[in-house]
Amino acid sequence: MAFGPFLLLALMEGLVTAAVLALAASGLSLVFGVMRVVNVAHGEFYMLGAVLAWAVTGFIPGLPALAFVAALLIAPLLVAALAALADGLILKRLAYDPEATIVATIGLLYMIQQAALSLYGPNANPVRAPFEWRIQLPWFGYSGYKLFVVIAALAVLLALWLVMTRTKAGLVMRATQVDRTTARAFGINVDRVYMGTFALGAGLAALAGVLVVPIQQAHYLMGGDPLLLSFIVVIIGGLGSLRGTLIAALIIGLSDGVISMFFTPTLAKILATLLVAMVLVFRPQGLFGARA
Amino acid sequence: MTNLLHPTRRGLLMAGGAGLLTAALPGYVAAQGAPIKIGFQLHRTGIGAAYGRWYERTAQAALKMINEGGGIAGRPVELLFEDDATDPKRGSEVVDKLTQSDGCDLVMGTLFSHVVMGSAPRAGELKVPYLVCSEGYHVASGALNRWTLQPGITDVRAQISTMAPWVAANLGKKVTMVFPDYAFGHDHRDFFTTAIQAQGGEVIAQIAVPPTETSFTRYFPQIPAETEVLYHVMVGPAVLTFVKELGEFYGTGAKPALFGFVDSLEAVDTATPGLEFLEGSHFWEAHPRVKPADAGEHEAAYRAAVGVDDNGASVSDAKDVSTYSHMFSTWETLYFIKQAMEAAGYTGPADRQKLVEAMEAISDLPYGIERPQGAMRFNGKTHQVFGSQNISQIQGGKLVKVHTTTIEEGLYEDAVDYTTMSF
Repeated sequence: MAFGPFLLLALMEGLVTAAVLALAASGLSLVFGVMRVVNVAHGEFYMLGAVLAWAVTGFIPGLPALAFVAALLIAPLLVAALAALADGLILKRLAYDPEATIVATIGLLYMIQQAALSLYGPNANPVRAPFEWRIQLPWFGYSGYKLFVVIAALAVLLALWLVMTRTKAGLVMRATQVDRTTARAFGINVDRVYMGTFALGAGLAALAGVLVVPIQQAHYLMGGDPLLLSFIVVIIGGLGSLRGTLIAALIIGLSDGVISMFFTPTLAKILATLLVAMVLVFRPQGLFGARA
Repeated sequence: MTNLLHPTRRGLLMAGGAGLLTAALPGYVAAQGAPIKIGFQLHRTGIGAAYGRWYERTAQAALKMINEGGGIAGRPVELLFEDDATDPKRGSEVVDKLTQSDGCDLVMGTLFSHVVMGSAPRAGELKVPYLVCSEGYHVASGALNRWTLQPGITDVRAQISTMAPWVAANLGKKVTMVFPDYAFGHDHRDFFTTAIQAQGGEVIAQIAVPPTETSFTRYFPQIPAETEVLYHVMVGPAVLTFVKELGEFYGTGAKPALFGFVDSLEAVDTATPGLEFLEGSHFWEAHPRVKPADAGEHEAAYRAAVGVDDNGASVSDAKDVSTYSHMFSTWETLYFIKQAMEAAGYTGPADRQKLVEAMEAISDLPYGIERPQGAMRFNGKTHQVFGSQNISQIQGGKLVKVHTTTIEEGLYEDAVDYTTMSF
């Protein structure tokens, strides 16, 4: 294949990776930014989104588009509800202590993963894309659905940004992020903010899972890779910074696409990990993070 | 009282005799009626789960048939399944548990070659027969030990040496290979590359994909434009994604002829939306998934016993497609165990060495309900079985058998003689 089309395909693939990653990582970043909780179970919320999408679409056979829209609405809501429950039952009781919550979310990771294995089973199951549309370029064909994923992820991120900057809920969340005690003094119910933030973060991961499942299939172990990559993105972008997360997702996604296509996927992972190490050494707060 | 302190010689003898009889009785009863315990190392979870599900069903069906026919040497047979999570480390622990804690007479059933490689050394240490259903060349290559045998399924090297002449004659000579980047895929890479050269063809590109990969489009641009045949063999939960993305990539444009190992489609419905581009392409199959018109006389009984319909899907759920080209190996391995145990006069774990020697003495394995895939020939020196292979073409969304090889086409020189190794 000639260099031009080769690069084009690499960039398109990278863009899809970046879009899914940006969604998943923004949830992780939000939870850390507002709550100072490192959520190790974040990848499992992503997996739950995919598995629930499979379950929901199973109820509406024959109409893939309608089934998918239903999954897109229902799965993230269910996962958000579960996350809110986990927050009330576990994290709140630990007083959001940073070390204790890491251990607790590791436990949560295993509980969700094993529950999925018991209830959903060990198989990978496909979910039909809402539409079967393929773009035929002169050099290669490309899935139209993958482009839809990029657009959908951008729309969701834009909505998230508007919520954070233009609504009262966003203002309350940002206030809590800046100073929990003062926020409480001003009558903000910090417990409710935390519960809402944790649910929103999990919902974003689940949404990424729903979007990705027609490309990848739902499998109970699929949460591992996105968790690792989300951490990489969040560390590079700066914990708690939405803009940093988006830019870091683009850097990681596009470089992963290009490097793994022109060289090997292993090299792409090596370089991403190296970048994390460099950022931690020279700019520990991340590219866009505020100094703690 | 004097009697007890000073027993008569007769009394002592009688009491001693009675004691000996009591002690020996359980052993005698056990030899007659206690079940033979066969440990089954199962990929119930992890990337091999689809295979594990069907390996379990097929083994259960064979077990039922063997027990209904009087068991092994008149003793009933039990299978103890233990999940290895398709993980090599867990695999060797499972061999340990089945042998030491559960007291199994032998262990069988492993498919994924990295698990075989991780578990076989432990079986050798425990001196327990370890019968794998894996296809890898690792048994016949001499890399393992005297306790590891593969009597139920042919190996990749034999499969490929029968496929290469057909590919070169019917599809093309410039081949690009896509394969998983570990032992099983490397067997494909090495043997097909040399086998196609022997036919005057060449492999112009080798694309290795990490086994945990979930997205494949990024690998496809490495396929050179002059490729005549794309040879693909993929495994694991992402196989459907692989074939779908291949279809998206080529789309309606020009594409090479596709030749795949059915591993790329095991447990996947060939009529799944998005797989239309596979129409007309060819696949290797060990045991044709869709019942061929000229199927043997035992095919129907075998399908009924394992609960599979004529399309290769579960009779209770048409969406639950079987791993038809691999699962017969567990059935045939169980019958192989029965044959060897009866020939060896096997009574218990003390006879394990005798059992392996009896297995090594087996050669011709004729077609029958014991071997529904076809006649086989076991090589006691290399511990590997040989059999016929099939090529199927996708016609109207279904795999239709178009070619069957002989056993002889798959034979190759022995690389090892395990019978000269010590136990």
